[in-house]
Amino acid sequence: MKNPVTQVTLKNGMKVMLKEIHTAPIISSWVWYKVGSRDEATGKTGISHWTEHMMFKGTKKFPANILDRSISREGGRWNAATSRDSTRYYETMPAHKIDLALRLEADRMTNSIFTEKEVASERTVIISEREGHENEPMFLLGEAMQNAAFRVHPYHHEIIGDMADLRSITRDDLYTHYRTFYVPNNAVLAIAGDFETKVMLQRVRELFERIPKGEMPSRLIRPEPERKGELRLTVEGPGETTFTQIAYPFPSATHPDYFALQVLESLLNGASGLSYKTCRLYRALVDKGHTVDVSGWSESTIDPFLYRVTMIHPPDRKPEEALTVFDDEIKKLQDKPVPAVEIARAVKQARAVFAYGSENITHQAFWMGYTSMFSGYSWYTTYLNKLAKVTPKDVQRVAQTYFQSSKRLVGTYIPNGKGA
Amino acid sequence: MAASKMKHVNSSMPSPEDVYQASLSNGITVLARSNFNSPSVNMGGYLPAGALFESDEKLGLADFASSMFMRGTQKRSFDSIYNELETTGASLGFDSGVHNTNFGGRALVEDLPLLLKLLAESLITPTFPADEMERLRAQMLTGLALRAQDTSDMADLLFEQMLYGDHPYGRPTDGYVETIRSITRNDLETFHRLHYGPRGMVVVIVGAIQPKKAVEAVEKFLGGWQVPGQLEAPPLPTLKPVRKTLKRHHAIAGKSQSDLVVGMLGPNRKNSDYMAASLGNSVLGQFGMMGRIGDSVREKSGLAYYAYSSLHAGIGPGSWEVIAGVNPSNVRKALGLIEKELRRFVKNGVTKEELADSQANFVGRLPLSLESNGGMVSAILNIHRYNLGMDYYQRYESTVRSVKREHVVEVARKYIDPEKLVIATAGPGKG
Repeated sequence: MKNPVTQVTLKNGMKVMLKEIHTAPIISSWVWYKVGSRDEATGKTGISHWTEHMMFKGTKKFPANILDRSISREGGRWNAATSRDSTRYYETMPAHKIDLALRLEADRMTNSIFTEKEVASERTVIISEREGHENEPMFLLGEAMQNAAFRVHPYHHEIIGDMADLRSITRDDLYTHYRTFYVPNNAVLAIAGDFETKVMLQRVRELFERIPKGEMPSRLIRPEPERKGELRLTVEGPGETTFTQIAYPFPSATHPDYFALQVLESLLNGASGLSYKTCRLYRALVDKGHTVDVSGWSESTIDPFLYRVTMIHPPDRKPEEALTVFDDEIKKLQDKPVPAVEIARAVKQARAVFAYGSENITHQAFWMGYTSMFSGYSWYTTYLNKLAKVTPKDVQRVAQTYFQSSKRLVGTYIPNGKGA
Repeated sequence: MAASKMKHVNSSMPSPEDVYQASLSNGITVLARSNFNSPSVNMGGYLPAGALFESDEKLGLADFASSMFMRGTQKRSFDSIYNELETTGASLGFDSGVHNTNFGGRALVEDLPLLLKLLAESLITPTFPADEMERLRAQMLTGLALRAQDTSDMADLLFEQMLYGDHPYGRPTDGYVETIRSITRNDLETFHRLHYGPRGMVVVIVGAIQPKKAVEAVEKFLGGWQVPGQLEAPPLPTLKPVRKTLKRHHAIAGKSQSDLVVGMLGPNRKNSDYMAASLGNSVLGQFGMMGRIGDSVREKSGLAYYAYSSLHAGIGPGSWEVIAGVNPSNVRKALGLIEKELRRFVKNGVTKEELADSQANFVGRLPLSLESNGGMVSAILNIHRYNLGMDYYQRYESTVRSVKREHVVEVARKYIDPEKLVIATAGPGKG
């Protein structure tokens, strides 16, 4: 494969992934910590995301205003995000300025301050962020679905956290969370761009290898028991539009059925990153006027999560009618194998999406780190081949296994007609 | 460290030497640039047909018409057009603004002919099938029902109505429920026939193809298009200035957050004030964590997750806006902080350090915005649309660095009068 990746584990256990790309004078550097909402117990929900916000509040060496200013004045782009399984920080910079990003990340891996004052001001910022989400009917429905789908597993709560916890989490809770999970042996540094591997690796060692190894954080292990029977729920709120969401438990990203399910998903709701007007659900539901839109998605997670389909209903149609059409489409996939040509199409679509992604250095660095959170980089490099090996029979089998109505949840957002 | 292996750093920027430009005999301009780093190609462009041509009774007509182009042509149905695209992993789409209908797409390079064929068929021979039209109408009406519930969209809509009044920029390009309901198939066909043609059309192609080949491909599919009666856009009317601060609230019950827009008119893109205003705007509400506005409203007061300013500079009179989403009980407090920052900005301008920071940011971030084919297409389109000169990015650093503090304070005072603000809010309660 072009542009091989150099993978090294430092003495303190931190994994380093380096990929030289010389198409633009840019370097993108990502630090990934294996901590997310999956690691949060009741009472501390949202703490990973809040910790991520606190990481921008500065260290002794890089106080908040200096931190921000230093990156921005070099024309860098930087940000962070918290997911269910991981938290990531990135800087994409002009190549000759990347050293600043590396020094900053090495420093804030252990030296972030977390003052009481900053925690207090960030509490209201995050509450405001959650209030913004609560303005959206789809957030309200999605959160209710997730709460109902996971009674035991910490995927129960949204990444932003519950309002009660956002009001009660303390500075010490946050700092303890930071010190527990932000250790080099729980981190991956992925860098792609215009550098020489040998030179870059030496600099990474200088900056990161001296950070002492920590105790490997313990994990909450609370597998979700299998659902016995379909669950239905409703959420009521402002507006005039009715939405339905259907959710099926899906296996983790490393499960042997993952790739057959990716193909199945592509047939149902289209390929990620492309338009989806000829996928099976669009043709059956939107083309026939049962819904005004339909979309579906799954996530690549460490533990089993969900495949979800959202339908937006026109005012004159009943959600039940669309659900019957949806069920018929699932039944077709369960009853007989799909034509091989449909699988070939899904593979070609994925190939195109991969080609578009290779134009962008930030994107390439993202994938190295992202896949290492739940698997390894080979998961990414072998993705297309594994997709191409999926057979019509595989697709039929996974349709039968995972799309059982007794395991699913169906939620409806019912507008109360107010708000305008 | 991190020694660069790039031989010509400036090769990442478009220049007169590497952007090939051709004019087809029917008036279409084609601009093309090679990038062989990935086997893909991006295409973008526009035609001078947009909401400017709409009557008040038929608002949303340009958007409706251009959204119908791919829903059936003389040769292909909606499903067969999208089947060709999606089977190859390609994409193509249209959207309309006030002045133009824009289009964009991407494909693996071997599928560029397919992309151009579908672009040409959609533009030249759309059939506006009645069933597809009703399906799209239902989708647009749902979009409007969702817009009516979106505090950010509604604050923005109200702001534009207040700032621009009966000027075309004060009207939403996606229309209103009653105007979308009133549009007929005949309206769509007529709008297409009168306003879409090759004159003024621009196509930009960037990707794994020799520029001349790209021009030949466009010529093959679009070179024969002729529309003798293609109408010219009406000139923009003059704008009535705002005489004192205006404040209005749009109530949406049951929401947890209110959105606010505070603003005024700004320069258009060709105005010589543009770069100074843009750098001033960076200091005011962009640089780092959303500039001074972010620092005051978010960092120091903890009132908002987002609070920033933005400059919208296009063909006609632009707008300069400060935007924030806050708890409904904090609207007044946030507005107070924003007004305070605007007064300070107008009184003292920016410091030497602040200006230098934003200048460095503008210069440094350039390669990032140009690294993908899509970014390059946008850059070339902007150069062409605003007549900036193909060497614009080669000169960019000196243009940015030539702006002085006095220019920034001058444009701040020219455009921002803290006694004549337009303030729009949307959220629960009376505002």
